[in-house]
Amino acid sequence: MSVTERMIPPQAPPPEEARPYSAERLAGRIFLGVWLAAAIGVAIGAVQGWDTQKFFTYGPTLLSGLGVTLTLVSLSIVFGAILSVPLAFGRMSRNPVISWASYVYVYFFRGTPIIAQLFLVYYGLGSFRPELDAVGLWWFFREAWYCALLAFTLNTAAYQAEILRGAIESVPRGQREGAASLGLPARVTFFKVILPQALIVALRPYGNEIILMIKGSAIVAIVTVFDLMGETRRAFSRTFDYQMYLWAAILYLMIVEILRNLWAWLDARLTRHLKR
Amino acid sequence: MDAITAALEQLTTALDLFCGPAGVFTWFAGQSLLACGDAGWGDEIAGGFKITLFLALATLPFGLAFGFFVALAKRSREPSLRRSANIYTTLFRGLPELLTLFIVYYGLQILVQQALSAVGYDGPVEINAFAAGMVALGVVFAAYASEVLESAFNAIPQGQYEAGYALGLSKGRTMRLIVLPQLLRVALPGLGNLWMELLKNTALVSVIGLPDILRQTGVAARVTKRAFEFFGLACVLFILLALATSVVFSLLEKRARRAEVVR
Repeated sequence: MSVTERMIPPQAPPPEEARPYSAERLAGRIFLGVWLAAAIGVAIGAVQGWDTQKFFTYGPTLLSGLGVTLTLVSLSIVFGAILSVPLAFGRMSRNPVISWASYVYVYFFRGTPIIAQLFLVYYGLGSFRPELDAVGLWWFFREAWYCALLAFTLNTAAYQAEILRGAIESVPRGQREGAASLGLPARVTFFKVILPQALIVALRPYGNEIILMIKGSAIVAIVTVFDLMGETRRAFSRTFDYQMYLWAAILYLMIVEILRNLWAWLDARLTRHLKR
Repeated sequence: MDAITAALEQLTTALDLFCGPAGVFTWFAGQSLLACGDAGWGDEIAGGFKITLFLALATLPFGLAFGFFVALAKRSREPSLRRSANIYTTLFRGLPELLTLFIVYYGLQILVQQALSAVGYDGPVEINAFAAGMVALGVVFAAYASEVLESAFNAIPQGQYEAGYALGLSKGRTMRLIVLPQLLRVALPGLGNLWMELLKNTALVSVIGLPDILRQTGVAARVTKRAFEFFGLACVLFILLALATSVVFSLLEKRARRAEVVR
């Protein structure tokens, strides 16, 4: 038996309180206005400074520079990934000499600017021409492109080794023990139990590393590789048109944003079994 | 005033780790390529080291303060403020640092030139490389710092703010006395990584002509034709900065943890 005699009919929600026009809102409007003005300024500049001939002269060169950037980055990421495997296992090794040596390698390449590493390879190793000639490697160190590839590979190997090590160590011990109690051999345990879980953890940092490499690869322009930055600098030095840098900025932003969104999608897709 | 600057100068020369009375190059370089003074490159490289360090130290407070306000804007209830802060971070985290540097360097030059020609001055304008580097590195640092600080903000429970208001503290005092000390504690490891990145990014400013470590070793390498040794030295100097950073930050983290319960 109920005490209430009648049901209260459903009611409309209370009206939303009008928010006062705060300083925050004013600041937000101003900053959005600034961004809008900047975008319009760039657009007006592009229309006013439009030069069909310039566009068809330098547009394709910028795109070919973008191709060079992407080739360089993808090759060095792949080679770096191969090199990072022994490094990561060296870091986890119980042998103090091996773990210390790989720690020094990783510390060196993560502690110095990549531009200094590039100079060390290109100018530094390039100064040993007689010795390199003697062992028949001079063709490699003569080309700035190969030197950049080598420097980037060595650099990204250090970062990727840390990512891989962190990911493998993040897999709980119980997983390894569980596999051992099921009688799985060490190889199977690693490839079927540990690695799949580790790679999910490593996915996000790998994406960040690729983006960092794309941004970092701009410095090869200084050692005369004509990547996107190099082509932009060449175009700027011929036309003195400031917009060249803005075009390059838009291209870089596009690549980075595409990658970022792709990675967010990949991450959501691969971890969908972990969502609750 | 002159006396103070003279005293400061004397102090910095006395404490100079490279060419001072107790410096490495003074004692061990002898008359080699790294000797101090006119004979070698020791003093030039020591100057470059100082400029790298000063540039990073000068950028840090400006970038940190700016990043803090961007992080606040990202947490604001006002959608327009959030959106403009997000545009800012997307922009400066997506652009290569070198490109940002060029855009700031040449862009500032064009802006200043136009502003001056509006006033009636048509001479050549030269932007200070140090200032351009500071602005470019500062905006990039602020973009990354805002991300670190934003996630640190998320680690602070709402109850901390409420406790502050319940004690009758104003919004600003709650932020300064209650939230900020905890925020720095949480954000310290992330900020340490950003400081390392900042130190490494200062090497880029050598491209627009600032005589930092990399520029000076590069000049020395070109003149002496001993590129491997000099660029190797540049790497060693950066490693020294990295080691000093990890020592300082482990001390800071220890200090930040001193109030926590010992387990």
